[in-house]
Amino acid sequence: MTTLLLAEHDHASLKDVTTKALTAAAQLGAPVDVLVAGENARGAAEAAAKLSGVAKVLLADAPAYAHDLAEPLAALVRSLAPGYDAFVAPATSRFKNVMPRVAALLDVMQISEIIKVVAPDTFERPIYAGNAIQTVKSRDAKKVITVRSSTFAATGEGGSAPVEAVAAAADPGLSSFVGERVARNNRPELASARVIVSGGRGMRSSANFTKYIEPLADRLGAGVGASRAAVDSGFAPNDWQVGQTGKVVAPELYIAIGISGAIQHLAGMKDSKVIVAINKDADAPIFQVADYGLVADLYEAVPELTEELGKLGR
Amino acid sequence: MKILVPVKRVVDFNVQIRVKSDGSGVDIAKAKMSMNPFDEIAIEEALRLQEAGKASEVVLVSIGPAQAAETIRTGLSMGADRGILVRSEAPVEPLAVAKILKAVVEEEGPGLIILGKQAIDDDSNQTGQMLAGLLGWAQATFASKLEVDGAYFKVTREIDGGLQTVRLKAPAIVTTDLRLNEPRYASLPNIMKAKKKPIVERAAELYGVDLAPRLEVLRTTEPPGRKAGVKVKDVAELVSRLRNEAGVI
Repeated sequence: MTTLLLAEHDHASLKDVTTKALTAAAQLGAPVDVLVAGENARGAAEAAAKLSGVAKVLLADAPAYAHDLAEPLAALVRSLAPGYDAFVAPATSRFKNVMPRVAALLDVMQISEIIKVVAPDTFERPIYAGNAIQTVKSRDAKKVITVRSSTFAATGEGGSAPVEAVAAAADPGLSSFVGERVARNNRPELASARVIVSGGRGMRSSANFTKYIEPLADRLGAGVGASRAAVDSGFAPNDWQVGQTGKVVAPELYIAIGISGAIQHLAGMKDSKVIVAINKDADAPIFQVADYGLVADLYEAVPELTEELGKLGR
Repeated sequence: MKILVPVKRVVDFNVQIRVKSDGSGVDIAKAKMSMNPFDEIAIEEALRLQEAGKASEVVLVSIGPAQAAETIRTGLSMGADRGILVRSEAPVEPLAVAKILKAVVEEEGPGLIILGKQAIDDDSNQTGQMLAGLLGWAQATFASKLEVDGAYFKVTREIDGGLQTVRLKAPAIVTTDLRLNEPRYASLPNIMKAKKKPIVERAAELYGVDLAPRLEVLRTTEPPGRKAGVKVKDVAELVSRLRNEAGVI
């Protein structure tokens, strides 16, 4: 009985979501090996080896794993399958893409986005945008699981697992990488940010995101999010979207600005520890989940908040 | 090139669902049902390819109860050519759906399959990827742009942190994200025309796929509630409370 955790990383380093998914993987009760598939990914593998409770790290280092293509990565996991009873990965875009393909190759019904391990074969997962929680028991001999990492604590360092190279699987050669456009900035990623400042339709333009939301976020060292309405209106890029069909987050502090609070959005942020809402509509549904609500014109309140935080030395 | 678009009948996205108090599931008996919104986007994309002369026929398939024929009919009103209803009264899990679709694909021989990235009822986000795995085809999930490029498809995908573009060898599978397109409304003449378009009906059992669920649902519960907190009078009070009461800044 061994569990294989698939690591989310940027080749040089490991992403925080991996340490949270490790917590879920360890709760299955079996030893956990970590698979780092990438190109020039020794840095990420060595970081994984230091995590507490990792038995061993498998490093598959090959050009086929440089760019998140589903087909070669699924083929690799399948080639390793005989040695494992469970395959666990954080529910990032990479693994939402690849894990169901792995599950089909293994003839297993995947358990998507678990929020709790009840027993090694029984899990809780949200359905209907988080408006209901299902407890499901898997009858499959092998388990394929993605983890909603925002609901699991991170596993810390304290291990020194060996790193073993594993051979790349034959690349099916079905797809190729053309290019990517990934935002580069110094802000924390939404999945692991301690504080998130999000804007909604009330922002009215992308220029207002730059003028109001970003300075506040930078003052707090926060990640920047957006509602689906703001993304659909072109005020914010797609990867900022928080919600049922975007990212699900649970930071210590979530500040919702000009967001009405559609079910779709609440599904993505209602597990945050402290929620602040700033909206001029006192009846907006967001106030029903906010710990602190401020009914105000955001174009006055947000600059004032940014300034007040500055006075506190933030 | 023929395009196959699988569609699912789900509780309408505007309906606030209710969890049954005995934990046995979600009460959808009287809920308004609609086509899964991501599937509408899939149909729209297929129709645009057909209108651009890149596709010869758009075929819809749904696996579900008799009423799923209405969902197919909705798609035919948008402009799709014909439908296949695979009847199953009991819910079918994504893995079994993918296996049935594989059999349909072997009969129909499409060059492209476009699916919604997830259904808004079970939020599984699995069927397209599973079907690609079973068929051994290329896949591009969460598409925000799709172009036909000879014997290839060029797809831009929404990923964590931005956008990725990949090139897929045909035949291939694409799943739709929200920003791929804005689905059209059916016009009255098209609604009338759709009434005459054929929908073939088959029993799910005919495909020889094991439909028994692999996941046993033990219970369904309400998520832990969150109470509304306090309204603060101004920014100064907000800052003071965040600092002294909540301790988060």
